[in-house]
Amino acid sequence: MSTKPTPSAAPVPRDFSARSKEFFVKHMVTIMFLVLSVLGFILSGMSPFLFLMDIVARVSRNAFLVLSLVIPVMAGMGLNFSIVLGAMAGQASLIFVTHWGVQGLPGILLCMALVTPLAMFLGFLTGNLFNKTKGQEMIAGLILGFFAQGIYELIFLQLVGGLIPMANTTLVMSSGIGIRTTVDLTNGLKYGLDWPGQFWGNDLLLRPTLPWTVLGIAAAVVVAFLLYRFVLKGKIPSISHLVGGAACLGIASWWSIIQIQTSSQINWIRVPLLTWFVIAALCGFILFFSRTKLGQDMRSVGQDRHVAAVAGIQVNRVRIIAIMMSMVMAAWGHIIFLQNMGAFSTYGSHEQIGLYSVAALLIGGATVAKATIGQALLGVFLFHTLFVVSPAAGRQVFGDAQIGEYFRVFVAYGVIGVTLAMHAWKLLIQNRAKQQL
Amino acid sequence: MNSTLKDFIGSMGIARLIIFAFFVFLCAAAVFLRLDLAELLTSSLARIGMWGVLVLAMLPAIVSGTGPNFGVSLGILCGLVGGLTSLEIAYRLQESVVMGPGFLFSLAILIALPFAVLAGFGYGWLLNRVKGSEMMIATYVGFSVVSIMKLAWLFLPYSSPEMAWPIGRGVRVQISLANRGITRILNDFLSFRIGDVIVPTGLLLFFALCCFLMYLFLRSKSGAAMYAAGDNPRFAEAAGVNVNAQRIFGTILSTFLGAVGILVYAQSYGFMQLYEGPMFMPFVAVAAVLIGGASVKKATITHVVIGTALFLGIQVIAVPVANAFTADWSSMGEISRKIIQNGVILYALTQAGGD
Repeated sequence: MSTKPTPSAAPVPRDFSARSKEFFVKHMVTIMFLVLSVLGFILSGMSPFLFLMDIVARVSRNAFLVLSLVIPVMAGMGLNFSIVLGAMAGQASLIFVTHWGVQGLPGILLCMALVTPLAMFLGFLTGNLFNKTKGQEMIAGLILGFFAQGIYELIFLQLVGGLIPMANTTLVMSSGIGIRTTVDLTNGLKYGLDWPGQFWGNDLLLRPTLPWTVLGIAAAVVVAFLLYRFVLKGKIPSISHLVGGAACLGIASWWSIIQIQTSSQINWIRVPLLTWFVIAALCGFILFFSRTKLGQDMRSVGQDRHVAAVAGIQVNRVRIIAIMMSMVMAAWGHIIFLQNMGAFSTYGSHEQIGLYSVAALLIGGATVAKATIGQALLGVFLFHTLFVVSPAAGRQVFGDAQIGEYFRVFVAYGVIGVTLAMHAWKLLIQNRAKQQL
Repeated sequence: MNSTLKDFIGSMGIARLIIFAFFVFLCAAAVFLRLDLAELLTSSLARIGMWGVLVLAMLPAIVSGTGPNFGVSLGILCGLVGGLTSLEIAYRLQESVVMGPGFLFSLAILIALPFAVLAGFGYGWLLNRVKGSEMMIATYVGFSVVSIMKLAWLFLPYSSPEMAWPIGRGVRVQISLANRGITRILNDFLSFRIGDVIVPTGLLLFFALCCFLMYLFLRSKSGAAMYAAGDNPRFAEAAGVNVNAQRIFGTILSTFLGAVGILVYAQSYGFMQLYEGPMFMPFVAVAAVLIGGASVKKATITHVVIGTALFLGIQVIAVPVANAFTADWSSMGEISRKIIQNGVILYALTQAGGD
């Protein structure tokens, strides 16, 4: 944990086994899921093609949502279960934009523009609620999600068509009241961001194949590093990092070149490059933000509210801003999520967003008190790997895909439960130690 | 009288006042719209008895200081295991012994008891290690256990044809209690009619008995120790009360009441609901006790009874009233339940204040 006082500067000679043990303990959850995923993949007998195709789609649609959880953790507010509200706002904007018939990328941009003030408002309310329930933000966020579900249903099941006029036979139920239980985005907002060229009749715009994308990213990383080293005169990273990074890039490029040369099935997988750019931009924004004055304030609030208040930081204001940012990101993230799905269940598809996004973040190694971009991205990858392989593995091993499905749901709940319990225990011990001083 | 009324309203707080007003409005609307009052009262009484014990399960948890038991689904699962096992025993032994429904119902409670004690002990031990975050941890303990039991239902060796799917693996999603005659065994015991209103005497008596036993317990010496542990842990510790042991005991009691509660619920409903069934039941029970006037730190039997009557009463009356206004409002009952239930929990959280 970041608050833990680091041992004094005197170099402590540690042998390799002690260091590796520490590494394993620190990354226990992530390593466990890595093993589970690899095991599941082997047991499922899936072809790499199907697996990669699914995983590319899933990671690109979910990453933004999971990243929206990072900032509240920074502000010490724990895992923000209230992103469900943002997701509902996103869904509401999708429904209205679909109703107006705006399609493709312009439609998605319109959705995002529309949802921003709404999400900010919801974030403001939520932030105020969290300021009234300090220390219980997570349970408050969870219950708030259920509460908002009731309000959402009231609006879209009972008021639309009545108080809120909407004449649209494909969206509204045959009785004239309420949105249908599923909203189809096909021929509208579907793939609006993933497949931006579709709107202008150019299917392949910003849709490179997976091997070429990997090569492109490798080249971009090399160029970025050279710029960093020789233009900005940055520090040389440690040898082990340098070698490790070079090896990863080398293996990835080598694999890609082989795929291209053998023109294997992998070349059928196309990457939604624009979505990846958006995700990368968000990562960049979070990195940049954490270095600004407000970001630093947020960190101090996260570490100790009372110390921050003494230092003249308006704690409540900073906390509200953190939730507002998270809420807007969650709304955008859910729009990205649904434009890839292509259809959504009006009254259900946001319900599990909080659960699955939080679980993904934690699987990446984040805790209630610390979450990084790397953990979020790794977590999304591992979580979805488990999601893709477990039904297939269940079918192969037990002859029943249901078992795998139940297992992955249990994993999502279980990992949250265990992480929360471990954090609460640690907090209790810290408080006791503080009292004894 | 006037001042007690004022105290009562003052202790209720704004959220409960709104809910109470809503309840009065629903009742007035029901009378005004000429709905079948006898039927509404009948189903209200049945609903109150059905949920009563589950709501009562919140009491020992709050009193012992662990807060409303969001993880009572653990107890619910123990009760379901007890129920399933008792049905299985009846099936395996039906050649030699014929077991009456009353015996089977008691057997289910007896079998659930050791499970509830064990599970409650472990759960209480965990809650002692996460003081200050009990509610969130409890919620996720509940979610995790329900989801792991979804796997377990597929593997547990229940072979009775009432429970197992004829083909495939695992037990059914809903298990009917009608075959063994357990359905409404409490409801129909000594039940009588006043006009068109059917009073489920046995059910209400059972709830009253549980409340009475709880009342006796809380008045006893060990009940006083539990109160002390929940009310002011430091003071209690200084006075020689083992606070952690009291908290574990409260959790065990709550878990066991949850187990009994689901069996009472199931006999009234006629089915035991497995898999996803117990997932969100704790929230109803938590909301009910909070509506009755409890806070996350204080609760009494009066709160349990008032809360159950008010919350379940609203649920019963809201649907026909909404339907009578306009047929398009068919989902209003469910929506109002969600808003009230979670609204009142949120309100109680804000009242508890931050640290």
